Amino acid sequence: MASIRRFSALPGFRLAMGYTLVYLALVVLIPLASVATNTVSLGWESFWRVVADPRVVASYQLSFGASLLAAAINTVFGLIFAWVLVRYTFPGKRLIDALIDLPFALPTAVAGIALATIYSKNGLVGSLFQPYGIDLAYNPNGVLLALVFIGLPFVVRTVQPVLADLEKEVEEAAAGLGASRWQTFVRIILPHLTPALLTGFALAFARAVGEYGSVIFIAGNVPMVSEITPLMIITKLEQYDYAGATAVASVMLIISFVLLLIINALQGWAQTRHGKGG
Amino acid sequence: MKLKALFSVLAATALIGGNALAADVELLNVSYDPTRELYQDYNAAFAKYWKAKTGDNVKISQSHGGAGKQARAVIDGLEADVVTLALAYDIDAIADRNLIPQDWQKRLPHNASPYTSTIVFLVRKGNPKNLKDWSDLAKPGIEIITPNPKTSGGARWNYLAAWAYALQQPGGNEAKAKEFVGQIYRNVKVLDSGARGSTTTFAERGIGDVLLAWENEAYLSLKELGDKFEIVVPSLSILAEPPITVVDKVVDKRGTRKVAQAYLEYLYSPEGQEIAARNFYRPQDPKISAKYADKFVKTRLITIDQVFGGWRNAQKVHFSDGGVFDQIYAPGAKR
Amino acid sequence: MSASIALPGATDRYEAPSTREPLWVKVTLITLALSFFAVFLLLPLGTVFAEALRKGWGTYLTVLVEPDALASIRLTLLVAAIAVPLNLVFGVAAAWAIAKFEFPGKRLLITFIDLPFSVSPVISGLIYVLMFGAQGWFGPWLAEHDVKIIFAVPGIVLATVFVTFPFVARELIPLMEAQGTEEEEAAVVLGASGWQVFWHTTLPNIKWGLLYGVILCNARAMGEFGAVSVVSGHIRGKTNTMPLHVEILYNEYNYAAAFAVASLLALLALVTLGLKALVERQANRQRREALRERAESSGE
Repeated sequence: MASIRRFSALPGFRLAMGYTLVYLALVVLIPLASVATNTVSLGWESFWRVVADPRVVASYQLSFGASLLAAAINTVFGLIFAWVLVRYTFPGKRLIDALIDLPFALPTAVAGIALATIYSKNGLVGSLFQPYGIDLAYNPNGVLLALVFIGLPFVVRTVQPVLADLEKEVEEAAAGLGASRWQTFVRIILPHLTPALLTGFALAFARAVGEYGSVIFIAGNVPMVSEITPLMIITKLEQYDYAGATAVASVMLIISFVLLLIINALQGWAQTRHGKGG
Repeated sequence: MKLKALFSVLAATALIGGNALAADVELLNVSYDPTRELYQDYNAAFAKYWKAKTGDNVKISQSHGGAGKQARAVIDGLEADVVTLALAYDIDAIADRNLIPQDWQKRLPHNASPYTSTIVFLVRKGNPKNLKDWSDLAKPGIEIITPNPKTSGGARWNYLAAWAYALQQPGGNEAKAKEFVGQIYRNVKVLDSGARGSTTTFAERGIGDVLLAWENEAYLSLKELGDKFEIVVPSLSILAEPPITVVDKVVDKRGTRKVAQAYLEYLYSPEGQEIAARNFYRPQDPKISAKYADKFVKTRLITIDQVFGGWRNAQKVHFSDGGVFDQIYAPGAKR
Repeated sequence: MSASIALPGATDRYEAPSTREPLWVKVTLITLALSFFAVFLLLPLGTVFAEALRKGWGTYLTVLVEPDALASIRLTLLVAAIAVPLNLVFGVAAAWAIAKFEFPGKRLLITFIDLPFSVSPVISGLIYVLMFGAQGWFGPWLAEHDVKIIFAVPGIVLATVFVTFPFVARELIPLMEAQGTEEEEAAVVLGASGWQVFWHTTLPNIKWGLLYGVILCNARAMGEFGAVSVVSGHIRGKTNTMPLHVEILYNEYNYAAAFAVASLLALLALVTLGLKALVERQANRQRREALRERAESSGE
C-alpha cells in the first residue's frame, strides 16, 4: 500500500487507511451489497417487471419531480437567505442564522407531525388556503412542502461561505465600469456562486429523494398520485415481497450513488475554480 | 475495535435477555394497530390472574403497528411469544416460514378468534352528506378515508366488505363489484398505511366525509375524541375475525409455552370476554354478548369463507401485486 | 456624503453605493426571507411546543416521567453514546488517511463515505434486515447462537451508525486538507511518535471541527426515525427510541404526550443549533487561520 501513495514523512497511513476501509466495508459496503445480491436473485425479467410497474414508475415521477422542484425552490430561497445573512443587518438575523439548520436537527417524525398539523385544511396555514379550494396537505403539494422544509439548510450553508469570501473589489470595479447593480449581480456575482448553488441544489435533491419520515405524515399516500418511492419499498416489504423491495431499493441506490458522484465532481470543480476556500 | 464494541453490546443484550429471575416471566405480544387499549387492559388483568394462580409475575410487552409490518417483523426474527393480528392471512404468512404449524387456526375455539368485529362508517356529526350505506360511498364528490389494503389488515376487511355488498345486490356479479369498488376507491382521499393513521387523518386533521373503520376503532374515536362524529352501520358488512396464536418456535425456545397458552385462553374466559366487550370488540361468549347486546348494532354480516373462499384466495385475487386492487389504480382505469 | 445617510445597520463593509442594492430590493429580500423563515421554520417549531403545552405544564411533566417515555429517552441516549464515538474514531482515521496522504481513488473513497447520507433511511434499515433478519444472510447462524441483532438494541445501534456515518469524517476532511501537513512533518522531524504528533499537533488544530461534526452526528443519531423504525420491532419500553415513541403516542390519540416527547427532541435540536453556532465560529476561525498561514507560507 505504501507504494501507491505519495511520499510523506507522516506515520499512520496504513493504520488509518486500513481502519477506514474495514469500517467502511463492515458498516456500509457489505450491508449495501445485500441489496445487490437480493436483487440479482430476482432475475432480470422479474426485476424489470417490479421496477417498471406503473405504480412504481409513478412514485419515481413524484419522488424525483417533487424533489427537483423542492431543490429548485430551496435554491432560490437559499440564495436569498445567504444574501441577506451575509450582506444585510436586520433584527432577528442571528436567530435566523442559527435556526436555518433546524430541519437538519429536528427529527423527521416530529417535522412530519408538525407540518401535517399546520398545513392540513383545519391547520394554521392550510385553513388560509381552504377558501380558494387549495389543499396543501394530503396530495403532492404536501410532499413538496415537506421536501422544501427538509432541504432548506443545504443551499444556504453551501452558498453562505462563498458569498462571504467574495471580493468586494470586483463588484466595485464592475460598478466603476458603469455596470448597473443588476448587471453586476448577473454577470459577476451569480457565476461566482454557481458551483456552490449547484452543490447545494444537488445535496438538497439527494436528501429529498430518500426522505421518508416527514413525508408520509402529510402525503396522502394514494397510489399513482401521492406515493413516494421509499413508501413503495416499505409497502412491498410489508407484503413479504423482499425481492421486490430490494429491487426498488437498488434503483434508488444507483441513483443516490450517481448523484453523489456528481456532487463530489461539482465540489471539485468549485475548489479548482475558486481556490481551496469554499 | 469496532467489532469488540459491537460484541460487548451483543453480550450485554444477551445477558439481559436470558437471565431473568425464575419467578418473573416476560411475554411479547405482537399485535396490530387498534388493539392498543384492549391489550393495555387485558395485560393488567391477566398478570393479576396469573399471579393469583401460579405466584409468578408475568410482564407482557406490547408491539403495535400495521398487521403486515408486524407479521413481517415476526418473520424477520422479532421474538413474539404470541401474535394477535388483524386477519388470518398475516398469520398464514408466519406459518409459511415454519414458525407455527399450518393448522394453527384450529388450535383455539372460533377460528382462533376470541372476539370479532365488523366494518362501519364513521361520519361527521349530523351526517351532513347523508351516507347510509355502501352505495352512498360510490357517489361522486364523497371523500373517503381508509388505510391501504396492501399494508393494513383492517383496510382489507373494508375493501372486502364493499365488494361483498356489491355482489349481494340484485344482479350483482364480479364485474359489477369491481366497478363498484373501483368507484369507492376513486373517492379515497388519503390512504394511510395503518388504521390508526387513517383515524388521525379523519378525526384530527378533518379530512374526508367518511372513515371506513373497525367498529371498535370507531367507538374508541367517539370515546377519545369527543362527539364530533357519528357511527353509521351499513346494511351489510363483513364478520371480521382477528385471530390469535402462540408462536411455537419462540415459546419452545424461550420456555414460555405454558404461560403464553394461558394468556390466549384467558381471552376466552368471561373476564377476558368482558374486557374485549368493554373495548368495543364483539365477544364470542353468548352470555357476555347478551349483556352488551345494545352496544353492537345488528346487521347482516357475511364471512370471508362464504364469499371469498378463505383468506389465501382473497389475498391472491385482490391484494397480490397486479391483483384487483392494483388494477383499480392502474393507469387508464382512472377517472 | 452618501455614507452619512446610510441605514442604521450599515456597520458592515458593504456601504459603498455602487455595491449596494436599492432600498426596496433590500426590504423585499429581507421580507421574503423573514416570511419564508416564519412559515417554514418558526411555525413548525412553535407548533411542537404549543401542542405539547396545550394541557399545561402539569401534564407535560407527568408525560415525560412515565416509564415508557423514560425508557425511550434512556435508549436514545444509549444508542447515541455508542454510535457517536464509533463514528468519531472512524471520522478521525478516515480524515487522517484522506487529508494527509495522496493516493489514487481518493474521490471514490470520499463518495463511498458520503453514501449513507443520500441513501434513503428506509434502505438503511432494510439492509440490516437483509443481513441479520431471520431470513437474512446471518439469520440462521444468529438464531442458533441466540444472538439478537434485529429488533434489539444492536440493530438500532447499527442502523444509527450507518445513518450518521459520514458526519464527523465530512467535517474533518476539508479542515485537515486546508491545514496541510507541514506542522505534523515538523513534529516528526523533531522526533515525535505518531500518537504524539496526533495528540499534540493535529488534535488541537482540528478540535473545533471535530466537535462540530460530533454535534451534528449526535443530533442525527438521536433523531433518526426511518431507519430505526425498520429494525426496532416497536416494543414499548424496550426497543422504542424517542422518535418512535412520539409516533406511538401519536397513534394512541395521546397528542399532548406525543408532542411533549417531540418537544424534548426539538429542544435537543435547539441546543444542538446553539452549540453549533458557537463551535462553528471557532471552527471557521481555525480554518481561516490555517488557510491564511498556508497562503503566507506558500507566498514566501
